[in-house]
Amino acid sequence: MSAHSVTPSQVSPEQGTDDKGRRRFLIAATTVVGGIGAGFASVPFILSLQPSAKTRAAGAPVEADISKLEDGQRIIVEWRGKPVWIVKRTPQNLTELATLTGKLRDPTSEEPQQPAYAKNEQRSIKPEYLVVVGICTHLGCSPSYVTADDPSAKDLMSDWKGGFFCPCHGSFFDLAGRVYQGVPAPTNLVVPPHKYLSDTRILIGVDQDGA
Amino acid sequence: MNNLLTASLEWIDARYPLSQQWNEHLAKYYAPKNFNFWYYFGSLAILVLVLQMVTGIFLAGSYKPDATLAFASVEYIMRDVEYGWLIRYMHAIGASFFFIAVYLHMFRALLYGSYRKPRELLWIIGMCIYMALMAESFLGYLLPWGQMSYWGAQVIISLFGAIPYIGEDLAVWVRGDYVISDVTLNRFFAYHVVSMPIILLGLVFVHILALHHVGSNNPDGIEIKKQPKNEKGWYLDGIPFHPYYTVKDIFGVGIFLILFALAIFYAPEMGGYFLEKNNFFPADPMNTPLHIEPLWYFTPFYAILRAIPDKLGGVVAMGASIVVLFFLPWLDRSPVKSIRYKGMVYKLALFLFVVSFFGLGYLGMQAPTPTFTLLSRILSVIYFAFFLLMPFYSVWDKTKPVPERLTD
Repeated sequence: MSAHSVTPSQVSPEQGTDDKGRRRFLIAATTVVGGIGAGFASVPFILSLQPSAKTRAAGAPVEADISKLEDGQRIIVEWRGKPVWIVKRTPQNLTELATLTGKLRDPTSEEPQQPAYAKNEQRSIKPEYLVVVGICTHLGCSPSYVTADDPSAKDLMSDWKGGFFCPCHGSFFDLAGRVYQGVPAPTNLVVPPHKYLSDTRILIGVDQDGA
Repeated sequence: MNNLLTASLEWIDARYPLSQQWNEHLAKYYAPKNFNFWYYFGSLAILVLVLQMVTGIFLAGSYKPDATLAFASVEYIMRDVEYGWLIRYMHAIGASFFFIAVYLHMFRALLYGSYRKPRELLWIIGMCIYMALMAESFLGYLLPWGQMSYWGAQVIISLFGAIPYIGEDLAVWVRGDYVISDVTLNRFFAYHVVSMPIILLGLVFVHILALHHVGSNNPDGIEIKKQPKNEKGWYLDGIPFHPYYTVKDIFGVGIFLILFALAIFYAPEMGGYFLEKNNFFPADPMNTPLHIEPLWYFTPFYAILRAIPDKLGGVVAMGASIVVLFFLPWLDRSPVKSIRYKGMVYKLALFLFVVSFFGLGYLGMQAPTPTFTLLSRILSVIYFAFFLLMPFYSVWDKTKPVPERLTD
């Protein structure tokens, strides 16, 4: 049926009532079509706020030289704008890691905060070298590295074995980046994908071969 | 001359309802005759909003929203731009004064039950203004690109990460990067100078329209519109807003500007409360300051966030501490509106609430220690109890009879 074939003289009161249904249908149909259109039109605007191609490219892997790292020392390298820590742990540190199990929230690293090749007691590829993203899993602050012999260590916890303390909200992590119980941070520090290019060079941002 | 003015006004009135609006909102808007000290802060908040917009436009003329240039451009404004220091201090300190005015304005509503029927929507619009204001000040705080700007934003944006499943992607979407960066600074500048001011102005406009529709509450909590009118058609306890309250408010403006000028000229940093010391260092993504604290007007909520030893739980509690305010009109079941006719129970509850708010505000500025965390938890419980137990204690409370007419 075509609307323009109906002249005013042909419109009866009954047809007028029918037209209300038609009007409702037209309003509903226009609203739905317009709403879908507006929905699609919002997509480019929403996506424009995602990281741009340039930002994503800046997330390329970075290389770190660990040849000069002494026992207990830490170096910081920047990857994707985040600090990545490389800490050389002493044999004593490594034996002490096992003694902390009861105080930790996730001692066996069940949460997927590390690649599979770092899901071990030391949370690392080589036991002595810890590689973690130095950003607290609570709200993104960068924790401080506090060694066991640091003068401020006794204020943190009795019998502090060395590790990381987040000053923002008071979270503790051990020397494997594992979170202590009863602190705001929910999970262990993130171990980024990394691989050894040689004994003294680490590439951060790329998984180990075969992983 | 007079004839020309009258003729001009008639010409305009025939084309735009100028006289009608003047009368509806000022000359013939009848407000209760017993407004006191607490009724200064609505108009003062509008004054600060105007000051912030004017100073903000001038600042935007010299500021550069670029991570490599932002910090230096603020230094440039402070040192090299003629009177740049004054305009920037007015803007930075204006933000704190904005929150002082808004908090006192909100406390007035708590005192006199200004959120009660028929002013529920007025209160909700006001809460929306408060939230928009928090967003606006948070966005603006990133712009100087100091250490506290950077790490404060890092902490607050990471709050999104606590949302299950979509949280991390949402945080990346908000930042436009994996961490706070130049991308984030650039877009926050756009939101701070364009989106939020438009939203704030719109909300303030709606807030005033809603107020003038239902009429102002007053320290007695008595509806003057329920009283008879006199022979001139005035409400018996109402007086026209202009000239009575315009003059009163201008007096308030005078006092306010004296205090504002004292802060700007003699204590712009206010001992680190208005401008934080760590923000005089440029942002360094590799190095978190030892102690991160938001500006004073956020610290009560920040203390609640820290009090909960669980990431999602903390974020939920912090959100709830603000959302619960929206429900205030329906939580208060007292038969009277004003504290003048409420009993000891409500007065004690309000006192404890004020103590918890100031206490949490203090704790939110301190480094977390076990004692402070315990205190934060106790005060958080009091904060929420004030609201959640209100449906019970506001009914138990022994209220006094409310008079028919205002009491001066």
